[in-house]
Amino acid sequence: MFEKRLSIFTGHFGSGKTEVAVNYALKMSAAGNKTAIVDFDIVNPYFRTADAKETLEKQGIWVITPMYANTNVDVPALPPEIYSLFQKKEYKAVLDVGGDDLGARAVARFREEIQQDDYEMFFVVNVKRPMTDTLEKIEEMIYSIESSAGMKVTKLVNNTNLLQYTSFEDIVEGQEKIFEISNKLGVPMGFTTCMGIDCHTLKEKVGNEVLTLDKLIKLPWDRE
Amino acid sequence: MGEKLLMKGNEVIAEAALRAGCKHYFGYPITPQTEIAHYMAKKMPEVDGVFVQAESEVAAINMVYGAAAAGARVLTSSSSPGISLKQEGISYIAGAELPCVIVNIVRCGPGLGGILPAQCDYFQAVKGGGHGDYKMVVLAPSSVQELYELTVDAFNIADKYRIVTMIMGDGILGQMMEAVEFRNQEEIIPADKSWATTGTEMKRDNNMVTSIYINPEMLEKHNQKLQAKYKQIEENETRVEVYNCENPDIIITAFGTVARIVKNVIKTAEKEGIKIGLIRPISLWPFPTQEFEKYAEVPKAFLSVELNAGQMVEDVKLAVNGKRPVHFYGRMGGMIPSQQEILDKVKEILK
Repeated sequence: MFEKRLSIFTGHFGSGKTEVAVNYALKMSAAGNKTAIVDFDIVNPYFRTADAKETLEKQGIWVITPMYANTNVDVPALPPEIYSLFQKKEYKAVLDVGGDDLGARAVARFREEIQQDDYEMFFVVNVKRPMTDTLEKIEEMIYSIESSAGMKVTKLVNNTNLLQYTSFEDIVEGQEKIFEISNKLGVPMGFTTCMGIDCHTLKEKVGNEVLTLDKLIKLPWDRE
Repeated sequence: MGEKLLMKGNEVIAEAALRAGCKHYFGYPITPQTEIAHYMAKKMPEVDGVFVQAESEVAAINMVYGAAAAGARVLTSSSSPGISLKQEGISYIAGAELPCVIVNIVRCGPGLGGILPAQCDYFQAVKGGGHGDYKMVVLAPSSVQELYELTVDAFNIADKYRIVTMIMGDGILGQMMEAVEFRNQEEIIPADKSWATTGTEMKRDNNMVTSIYINPEMLEKHNQKLQAKYKQIEENETRVEVYNCENPDIIITAFGTVARIVKNVIKTAEKEGIKIGLIRPISLWPFPTQEFEKYAEVPKAFLSVELNAGQMVEDVKLAVNGKRPVHFYGRMGGMIPSQQEILDKVKEILK
């Protein structure tokens, strides 16, 4: 799962990119990789990678966040540290990109650097989101993000969930839809996420890799 | 109920409005509520509706006036500084007795303040905001599901009483994702709109929608009519959740998302032998005064927890009417009280 040097996570806003990216970085680091994570989100004002900064840094992960993330201003400025990411090749980096075509525009700025590097561009899908609940809508979302980023999606991620109400059947339903897109567009499945259900059984059922998620971006009432 | 979907609070407001038959949206973007406008921009053409990104909040609220005067179900949304800009228009709409729904996804102030969540527009919403003796119905949901249901209700209430109905949530509620289950069909209560300025077709007299009354006797009469209407709304539209209030040591009062933090505090406190009740006003105006009167002598004290410097606490004090002490705990500037902070405050009061 962690082969490429750069793992870019794109998708519709609210598809769960940040939760997936943060968990992916933690697992990649735990597997012995020198890991960095970049919050590339210039769209979303709340609930971002910076929320999990402490957890990530505790595990020795280099966290790069926009200068004003989680402050009281809405300035979509990317930090200069991002440039060093393309030089420090000893790191494997996770790029958490903002939602939709608008968010993907931020990575377009680094298209040249990324394309000269070894990268994977994941597209995260939750079919329980109303703007990505049909094949047509998912396809449209992929195209708009690709044209905005100026890069092609290379792997699909099934992150179908209803948070605490997610059932095994929901994830399988998502898998079937995303598999159909995968066949149609010739973009292979990357992995399926799993939270709060039996992940071993899920792995057998879906037949691709499964990333077990821990809830890291928390709501105020879930904090102590 | 239909299928469960995972949606952001702001998206749900827009979807609920569409389901309630709203085909007119006028707004101007501001964090943390811009997703409402995004959603409307995408969906309105599909339902043959109207989406206008106005040149300012002032323009948007006056477009609301126009659409409402023509009898349409109409929505505008903004966040604190934008709602301040709309105040003149809101007063005019209230004066002209036009029905409309306004969403305020509150961020912290004063001034430009910041983009993080707050409840610091309570006074503005329930005590006036604009000029003159007017009221708005103000509904404060605490979950994405409730945001959906109350937005639909808001349109029915607005039409029924010809009143501005505000949905007031904080930035957390607008930005958070939660599962939501939509009904297959919404109950759209038909309202008499024979007053609307839709053209006479030479078959009736002109309809007049205005807030100006040149004759003082007429204006006083108009004001008295408004006051009578507000009284009727107080009697019919008060909404409140009373939770765990059988013999509590203390009753906490909180609205919106803060009430959810309090519910978890209640669980923790119970393990330590402290019984906390919760009164959650769902309608901030009309304020659920009767519930407070009913429970006024039940606990040792009341505690109002808010994301502001203490605004609702004044209404709680008026309702409790000196029968028990009413304390306050609040955070500002986008800071959120932790469960521990609230529990510590409870212990300090009960000591």
